Amino acid sequence: MTTVLEVRNGSKSFPGVKALDDVSIEIARNEVVGLIGENGAGKSTLLKIITGIYQLDEGELIVNSRTLALKSPRDAFDHGVAMVFQEQSVLPTLTIAENIFLGREQEFLRFGLIDRKRMNAAARDELAKVHLDLDPATRTADLTFGQRQMVEIAKALSLDSRIEGEVIILLDEPTSVLEQREIDLLFAIIADLKQRASILFISHRLDEVLRVSDRVYVMRDGRVVHEVASADAKIHDLHQHMVGRQLDHRYYREQRQVAADERVLLKVEGLTRTGAFNDIAFKLHAGEILGIAGVVGSGREALARCLAGLEPAESGDIEVGGASVRIAAPHQAVAAGIGFVPSERKVEGIVAALDVSENMSLAAKDRFLRHGLIDFAAERETATTWVRRLGVKTPSIRTPGGSLSGGNQQKVVLAKWRIAGSDVMILDHPTRGIDVGAKEEVYELIRDMAAEGLGILLLADTLEEVIGLSSRILVMKDGRISRTFEAPVGAKPEQIDLIEAMV
Amino acid sequence: MTGWGRYRSLAPVLVLLLLCLAISAINSNFLSVPNFVRLLSAAAIPMVLVMGATFVILMGSIDLSVEGVVALTAVAVSMLVANDVTSLDLGFLSLPVALVVGGLIGFANGFIHVRLRIPSFMATLGIGFACVGIATAVLGGYTVRISDRGFRDLTLGRVLGVPFSVWTAGLAVFVAWIIQERTRIGRWIYAIGTDEVTARQVGVPVERTRIWVFTIAGLFYGLGGAMSAAQLGQGHALISQGRLFTTITAVVVGGTALSGGVGSVLNSVIGVLIVVVLTNGMVLMGIPPFVQLGVQGVLIISAVALALDRTRLQVVK
Repeated sequence: MTTVLEVRNGSKSFPGVKALDDVSIEIARNEVVGLIGENGAGKSTLLKIITGIYQLDEGELIVNSRTLALKSPRDAFDHGVAMVFQEQSVLPTLTIAENIFLGREQEFLRFGLIDRKRMNAAARDELAKVHLDLDPATRTADLTFGQRQMVEIAKALSLDSRIEGEVIILLDEPTSVLEQREIDLLFAIIADLKQRASILFISHRLDEVLRVSDRVYVMRDGRVVHEVASADAKIHDLHQHMVGRQLDHRYYREQRQVAADERVLLKVEGLTRTGAFNDIAFKLHAGEILGIAGVVGSGREALARCLAGLEPAESGDIEVGGASVRIAAPHQAVAAGIGFVPSERKVEGIVAALDVSENMSLAAKDRFLRHGLIDFAAERETATTWVRRLGVKTPSIRTPGGSLSGGNQQKVVLAKWRIAGSDVMILDHPTRGIDVGAKEEVYELIRDMAAEGLGILLLADTLEEVIGLSSRILVMKDGRISRTFEAPVGAKPEQIDLIEAMV
Repeated sequence: MTGWGRYRSLAPVLVLLLLCLAISAINSNFLSVPNFVRLLSAAAIPMVLVMGATFVILMGSIDLSVEGVVALTAVAVSMLVANDVTSLDLGFLSLPVALVVGGLIGFANGFIHVRLRIPSFMATLGIGFACVGIATAVLGGYTVRISDRGFRDLTLGRVLGVPFSVWTAGLAVFVAWIIQERTRIGRWIYAIGTDEVTARQVGVPVERTRIWVFTIAGLFYGLGGAMSAAQLGQGHALISQGRLFTTITAVVVGGTALSGGVGSVLNSVIGVLIVVVLTNGMVLMGIPPFVQLGVQGVLIISAVALALDRTRLQVVK
């Protein structure tokens, strides 16, 4: 077997995080290799190394028997490594042919002008490789999602007649946005692609990975922790390797889990937004941490954003503290006492240019006004109190929010809502992209809030997290609540139970 | 594209037709050969300018230096051909000079925007003002009169009864269309305007393309400047007043999105015709000039309102 791509003892660090720690993988010619791991395990960093977005600090990247320092995705492409992006990189304003050869029009130039006929003919050849019978002059805006993905694969395959050596195709979560029929088609195409290329298939859906790949690597905490031939692999074992530890009660501060109050803070009934979620009903009690689990597209993100007033629902009732409220805009949610900690912290949570105290007082507009002007003394005092209370690590309350670390930004966002007096908190992936130590602090804060009688709606990063933290779990599937699990300490549901309700 | 989306691209043509119908219903002089020639003649210079501006806007940038470049190249040209200020008499040789000057200013726009990382609207606004300033300083408010008949025929001479400027504009449109459809730059303009990150990832030289596009725009403005001088038979710093507004209006009214990626130079041809027909119609109806300006202002805002799917815009800056 010839190895076409190899990462040998690769390490990569970012400030404060060791994203890859002595990682070695190899892909043989005409092999499909699966790569699995939870969010934050280092899969995407590894991918970015292979596609030239990042460079290794230590170790080697060997493509087609040559040690390379890839400078950019284009550089990687020219060496035979083609990435099929999860967020598609097909440009809707260009035609299929234009997309396939974008940036590589050179070979079709005649007297400096592009020979469209020749380019379309070449594109037709590439489309034939993926059994796509479309006119290459079609604008990609007119294609279905699946067709666009095929165009991307065709683009990757267009390399095989144009470079020396083998083509390596990286598929990053290619099925997450496809329908079942399209997934089947994609898998058929992967089987076919094996004749022409080597494939690295990245996914968190274990069954799929096992179905298509010959061999699987499992990553966790920046390391490759397990390698197994798919034929010998068991889903349960892989899962253990991905999670790494038996559920640790202390990690999620389960000893601090409190029994929920009778008092209902938030009551939702018949909430519907076409295409996102349907007839959602639940109650959130004081002191309760209500987890919402579901796959991408289950509607849980949309539900969270709806309750925060970012995407209004079409019908249904929302009651906060027993009073019916209308939430069609963020300011109405804020006024009702709902705080939203978004997953896109940099975009929606922290205002990078404002300092810590300004960020903290942002949602509590009126509280710091005196005669229509901002009372800086009061603002400063409150900020100082909360910085101390939540243990925000910042040089001063005058430090711009943007220069804090992820975990500390998250604390500032939490403080903002606490100051505004929100008693319902929607936490959308509160630990995404922050390192392990900071995660534990955030868990601590979440427990604090529950202990103080706040109601918390949690969209967690992993199943483990949602099970560990929540006192009750709603599972969403296709926009509806498919099951509800009680999750008292000592009788938490298993991940597999949740997964069954999710898919 | 589905439903309304598919037809949205045809809207500007429809607007143009309706406009022509409406005006001819009110004033029968509108539908006459002499008026058509007058229309085309009035459209010639805006057409040339708009070709350059379209590329910049397709790329998602904006170029506000039109008036400055036109003024400076017009003044330069007027002083190079036979005139009452200098003793030069370069004749048609002044034309390549205008193109070079325009191209260089365009290059400066692109360079400042890309290399110094200054937003294009600010870079081009600054360069535009600087150019008007230079033109004013050179002449001290004086107006150069061109005495070169041959040069003036560059716009005024007629071929088949149509002014030469119209033919020149036609050629400019053709060249622009070739650039858009058949060159790599043309392809990359759309790619950058649609999604710069992706374009960069597949290896489109984004920075170089941007500089090129501003340079190409400058070339068109330079040509427009020379045509302005030839048409009026003079050169002065205020010769281009009002050109910027018409240019941007025409591009937008034609259906090219200010956000980039969507549109075409052919859209802009329709856009120029809409603006020119509207102005012509208002003149025929005897509407005072300042009201005409107001109408143009309303026009540009309604065009953006119609073209944008604003429900999907979360943040409007």
